[in-house]
Amino acid sequence: MSILVFAESADGSIKKSSLEAISYALEMGGDVTALALGTIDASEMEALGKNGAQKVLHVEDERLNQGHIAAYATAIAQAMDHTGANILVLAKSSLSDIVAAKVAIKNGAGIATNVSELPDTSNGFTVKRSIYTGKAFANVSLTTDKKILGIKKNVVALKEDGGQATVEKFDVTFDDADFGAQITGSEVAEGDVLLTEAEIVVSGGRGLKGPENWGMIEELAKELGAATGCSKPVSDIGWRPHHEHVGQTGVKVSPNLYIAVGISGAIQHLAGVNSSKVLVAINKDPEAPFFKAADYGIVGDAFEVVPKLIEAVKKLK
Amino acid sequence: MKILVCITHVPDTTSKIAFTDDNTKFDKNGVQFIIGPYDDYALARAVELKEAHGGSVTVLNVGTAETEPTIRKALAIGADDAIRVDAEPLDSYSVARNIAHYAKEGAYDLILMGRESIDFNSGLVHGMVGELLNLPSFSPVMQLDIEGDTAKMSREIEGGKEFLEVKLPFVAGCQEPIAEWKIPNMRGIMTARTKPLNVVPATEETVQVSAEKFELPPEKGEVKLVDPENPAELVNLLNNEAKVL
Ligand SMILES: Cc1cc2nc3c(=O)[nH]c(=O)nc-3n(C[C@H](O)[C@H](O)[C@H](O)COP(=O)(O)OP(=O)(O)OC[C@H]3O[C@@H](n4cnc5c(N)ncnc54)[C@H](O)[C@@H]3O)c2cc1C
Ligand SMILES: Nc1ncnc2c1ncn2[C@@H]1O[C@H](COP(=O)(O)O)[C@@H](O)[C@H]1O
Repeated sequence: MSILVFAESADGSIKKSSLEAISYALEMGGDVTALALGTIDASEMEALGKNGAQKVLHVEDERLNQGHIAAYATAIAQAMDHTGANILVLAKSSLSDIVAAKVAIKNGAGIATNVSELPDTSNGFTVKRSIYTGKAFANVSLTTDKKILGIKKNVVALKEDGGQATVEKFDVTFDDADFGAQITGSEVAEGDVLLTEAEIVVSGGRGLKGPENWGMIEELAKELGAATGCSKPVSDIGWRPHHEHVGQTGVKVSPNLYIAVGISGAIQHLAGVNSSKVLVAINKDPEAPFFKAADYGIVGDAFEVVPKLIEAVKKLK
Repeated sequence: MKILVCITHVPDTTSKIAFTDDNTKFDKNGVQFIIGPYDDYALARAVELKEAHGGSVTVLNVGTAETEPTIRKALAIGADDAIRVDAEPLDSYSVARNIAHYAKEGAYDLILMGRESIDFNSGLVHGMVGELLNLPSFSPVMQLDIEGDTAKMSREIEGGKEFLEVKLPFVAGCQEPIAEWKIPNMRGIMTARTKPLNVVPATEETVQVSAEKFELPPEKGEVKLVDPENPAELVNLLNNEAKVL
């Protein structure tokens, strides 16, 4: 079995979720080739090897430093052909699904996204994927020769015991249309831990009363090395930026630890967090639905509990 | 401007999910169906764009006859006509092939979808339809404005958004805050009854991915409550028991 992994990068660094995808491919067994696009730091190539890639195909084209969906799809489809890979693995990101969809059509591959486990190849090829926004799972069988798997975060642990990957330059034949969309700029929060990549997330809801009270959420997050999130009404009113909105209609997260402060636990919010390993709710209302979903909870006033929690986390270090 | 909006017919977001027939079928018993929330954003923006620039909005669903009330709701919200491709939506590929066939026939200037369905959650159909029609696809799109034959949009990326300019036609998977959900008014509901809803046959039946069996997540145990006076105990449990710090 030959597996290609799309090693997505941002600002020259490979995303941690892509390293997980490499570890996933390694666990599946077979030859693992990683595909890196654009300018990548040399040390990052080592990380790819360490996590289990035997080979890295590197497309050095600087235009790929921006997320051109069409061009990414072209590059991945050609890399799949070039390596003869019958399986492509991608980690969930803001562009991985749509890029994978295009590769699926280009290469006639069957595709499953939101995959939450290693495939079962004992009888055909089935994978478990999360459906109904985290409320259920489906075991789906892929019948095509070529297959594409889009995996969720935290499906496997990083391996980090691999060796050195050989890096090979790879030239892709692009079409003008591949760069037909002009990316004219971007707005990205600087210095924060990314919600989608975070191991720990601290989220605040309407119970926090106003944006001026987010200082303690940010401080708790900083002490824990966590990303900050929020409920939908909080981003709707503009207390927090939209990209922090977690839930059914927002970002779906699956960190090791999700701490919800002043969030009631509406089913639509839980839909975005229910694949987290451990859920903690802090809410002054003992009847808040979040306590039915949480592993740990504190019934209390956030304005008293959170500062004490910050102190306790500081002491731990 | 001719706009096509592809909508799904999905369980209400508050639905309890259950399966029957030895976990091989979704249990529709007592479930309310709605327009997919992301598709609803796409529809709302399509109606706004039509109001601003003229043209028409067609909604399309690949589904069986039971989706028609949901399609009528989209007509009540402001779509002009509707197409139902008469097929059970079995996988993203067959749905996309069917949509692409009728989208090509209609020669639309813009094809809007939701970023993902909330039953399959695949996030694939817009990308596949774009590729099948040789059009660019973008998702998740948070803002979309049209000037002449050019669209300006923003797309969510990790930790923020990026801005794009692209020529029509293309396919976009939409999410908030592209528009606010629209609630049908009385006039809309009345006129929706007489707007055309064309049922057309499926053109493609190849399925590449099939669901064999469903399962529910394991039951959660009881929550462990910690004394609010002593949050240090929570830190202790997270560190030593759950081992997540
Ligand atoms: C189609 C659809 C999609 C949706 N998608 C999403 C989504 O993606 N994400 C999402 O979050 N929501 C979503 N919602 C909205 C969802 O239904 C809830 O309205 C929302 O999650 C509630 O947000 P909240 O918990 O912050 O606010 P509230 O429900 O107002 O809850 C505030 C909580 O704070 C507690 N509280 C108040 N004061 C304190 C205090 N001092 N200390 C501690 N606790 C306190 C209260 O007891 C209460 O439980 C969606 C709704 C629909 C219909
Ligand atoms: N059966 C269907 N009929 C019409 N549109 C659909 C159908 N399934 C998916 N779509 C569209 O494709 C988008 C992405 O769906 P998915 O790939 O299933 O996550 C949805 O938000 C809809 O706009």
